[in-house]
Amino acid sequence: MRPVTGWYNGLMALLELKINGASRRVEVHPECSLLSLLRDELDLTGAKYGCGEGQCGACTVLVDGRPTRSCVTKAAAVAGRDVATIEGLEQQGRLHPVQQAFIDTDALQCGYCTPGMIMEAVALLRRKPDPATPEVVRALEGHICRCGAYERIVRAVRQAAGAKSGA
Amino acid sequence: MTELERYELAEGPAYHFEVSRREFAKVLGGGLVMLLAAENARGQESGRGGGASETAPRDVAAWLHIGADGTVTAYTGKVEFGQDIRTSLTQAVAEELRAPLGTVRLVMGDTDLTPYDQGTFGSRTTPFMAAQLRTMAAAARGALVELAAAKWNVPASALDARDGQIVDTARGRALRFGELTQGQALVRTVPADAKPSATPPARWTIAGQAVPKVSAREIVTGRHRYTSDLTRPGLRHGKVLRPPAIGATLVSLDTSAAGGAGVSVVRDGDFVGVAAPTAGEAARAMERLKAQWKTTPQPSEGQIFEYLKKTPPEPRDGEGWNRGGQVSGSVPDAMAVAAVRLEHSYTVAYIAHAPLEPRAALAEWQDGKLTVWTGTQRPFGVRTELAEAFRLAEDKVRVIVPDTGSGYGGKHTGETAVEAARLARAAGRPVKLVWTREEEFAWAYFRPAGVIEVKSGARADGTLTAWEFHTYNCGSSGIRTPYEVANQVVEFHPARSPLRQGSYRALAATANHFARETHMDEVARAAGVEPLEMRRRNLKDARVRAVLDAAAERFGWPRAKAPGRGCGLAAGTEKGSYLATCAEVSVEPDGSVRVRRLVTAFECGAVVNPDHLRNQIEGAMVQGLGGALFEAVRFEDGLVLSDRFSRYRIPRFSDVPELDVVLVDRKDLPSAGAGETPLVCVAPAIGNAIFDATGIRLRSLPLIPSGIPAKPAS
Repeated sequence: MRPVTGWYNGLMALLELKINGASRRVEVHPECSLLSLLRDELDLTGAKYGCGEGQCGACTVLVDGRPTRSCVTKAAAVAGRDVATIEGLEQQGRLHPVQQAFIDTDALQCGYCTPGMIMEAVALLRRKPDPATPEVVRALEGHICRCGAYERIVRAVRQAAGAKSGA
Repeated sequence: MTELERYELAEGPAYHFEVSRREFAKVLGGGLVMLLAAENARGQESGRGGGASETAPRDVAAWLHIGADGTVTAYTGKVEFGQDIRTSLTQAVAEELRAPLGTVRLVMGDTDLTPYDQGTFGSRTTPFMAAQLRTMAAAARGALVELAAAKWNVPASALDARDGQIVDTARGRALRFGELTQGQALVRTVPADAKPSATPPARWTIAGQAVPKVSAREIVTGRHRYTSDLTRPGLRHGKVLRPPAIGATLVSLDTSAAGGAGVSVVRDGDFVGVAAPTAGEAARAMERLKAQWKTTPQPSEGQIFEYLKKTPPEPRDGEGWNRGGQVSGSVPDAMAVAAVRLEHSYTVAYIAHAPLEPRAALAEWQDGKLTVWTGTQRPFGVRTELAEAFRLAEDKVRVIVPDTGSGYGGKHTGETAVEAARLARAAGRPVKLVWTREEEFAWAYFRPAGVIEVKSGARADGTLTAWEFHTYNCGSSGIRTPYEVANQVVEFHPARSPLRQGSYRALAATANHFARETHMDEVARAAGVEPLEMRRRNLKDARVRAVLDAAAERFGWPRAKAPGRGCGLAAGTEKGSYLATCAEVSVEPDGSVRVRRLVTAFECGAVVNPDHLRNQIEGAMVQGLGGALFEAVRFEDGLVLSDRFSRYRIPRFSDVPELDVVLVDRKDLPSAGAGETPLVCVAPAIGNAIFDATGIRLRSLPLIPSGIPAKPAS
């Protein structure tokens, strides 16, 4: 697929991208963030607004597999790329091991930070299937859980790693 | 009833209107409806044999419906903010009904569907709402048994409820709940003082267990819709123009450049906002507004403690406040003969709740009726705010609270709901307004700052003889000491706060515990008595003693002294819970401090869900860590400087020490709430540990916004 990033109307950008494996063609304002595209235009609200400055991680999605703060990423910058959001993680009713581990370890309270944490953890486990605790902490340091479930989140990620490598 | 704190903002409505039985039948359809009369309901008809009566009560605390398919739906005005009450209340209902957990659903925080409720705060859901739901579910079980008894023509005593069925064991037959309620349209009332045989905690099988959060799957898949995730047909996005500083007034406004296709601009007094088809267009329209403001000088953070001490509130505001405290004996007389005499002042900074989901509301007007979805801890209070703001009858306003991205006491008010509704009225369409992080930091309200002055006298062995405790502005929660002191003065002094302030998880109990438990440590050091022993010497309260001993034992108190390391402890009680925290810190040569370990022993009566309780306690310890070490709102002349996460540090993964929770499960005692109290001993335990490591006494929260001070504080 060839990405289209033509300007027209002098106002809107037209771009093609893949979201959760499906090709999409969307029209966006050049200033529109990836987060706003996902949430406001495509109604994919799993990625959350938390700060707008890339400090809290609630908006994290994967762009070509890399964890990306969608609130400080322009939508036009991901033309032709592959965007994965929390909505695409469950496959045929089966949760991803990281999602299941978050439930099993009760690693969430209000849950607002959870989708961003999970996406970051999924990317970590792809790059490093069995990370030690300090590696998990380093990978997730850019995420805020104001409810303070940090210890459980680390446990969840380690458990998911064990489930994947051990199974 | 727990005394309300002034910052809980919890006025009830002026009137409670009667709910007719017909309305219940209409809303809930057929089946069995149980109504639980509110405690304050007057002129109740008493029920039959402590069970259910046929008359609808005037005021209803909760209701419950069992449909023809056996689905149980309980309705409560409480709201879920991450404290896991959706799960624990579901457990309570399932337990008493003997229904499988999966068949019980909870409708929460919807002013059209759920009974009136003051709000979700003060750790009152578990002691009050859970107890009420239990009472009602137990009565519903009784009603189902009666239905089955009538159907089979056997005595009710021969029947049992089990796993969603009424069972006749002797004759080997059973009827599912749905089979019993099918075709029925029964409305039964449970009087407030009913004492049906609720299951004692020792025999709980569903409650008391660590069942997973009932909404967990929705959350981990991103399907759960918080207010900020909602949309409606024709939705507009709102933005509100904020003043350049606190106390500023609008002088002039030029809106001529802000208009555009589908853009509405509203000016109503000092309120200025826009609504536009996209959030981006709303933001750009906002930038084209030309506003002139007049500012007035405001106190800055450097003067705040002096200001609070010498600026009492307007007399009108001061009336009716609970000043807390007590007076006994004579402090001056006891001080005169005390072997150890100490007098110190402690301060706490304003801190921000910083809920990860900022304030949000979606408002929609239809045929003169206003519906607002918003994340508030007081749905009915916000309904009143909206009714007053738009001069509507309360039945023309509906507030719906989706499970919300946390609050910690920071979302009691309805400003966002009012703003969204004002914009929606102007736009003639539904409007969603989500505050930016900067707005949330600067224009929400804060945990109050304050000053606490403590004077104490003790005998040479550390036994306290005099205690004088004055709290300025913070509030009166946790102001009383659990230690035995014959001569006491304890007083709360309200002040006029230059910043907007209100509820915060655990309220002033954090500030008051910080001052008291730090001071206790100072008395122990001055008397030369080991800090744990000194507390035990002054303590009769068996529940405080039990948690203090439990925490000390798990921690291994006292620990052998290691260079650069220190240990501290603190204990207390608040809102019916009892706790003690031990902390171990390490101090690096560069002055940076790491909290290595926190152990909290916690007792809140019978434990409803041990895993969620642990999660709450761990979370409270982490939140307490932020306020203890580095959280502080920075402000200068009406401007909040710490208005984003890059300027307001809150705890992250690498800040978290080893956390250890000891649950003291008292199945013989009623369950108290636990979402707030576990954070109150964190700061004094850490401060005392820093003193143990360095000999430097820190008497201000946050303790180390930028490391250990170079010179010891005097």
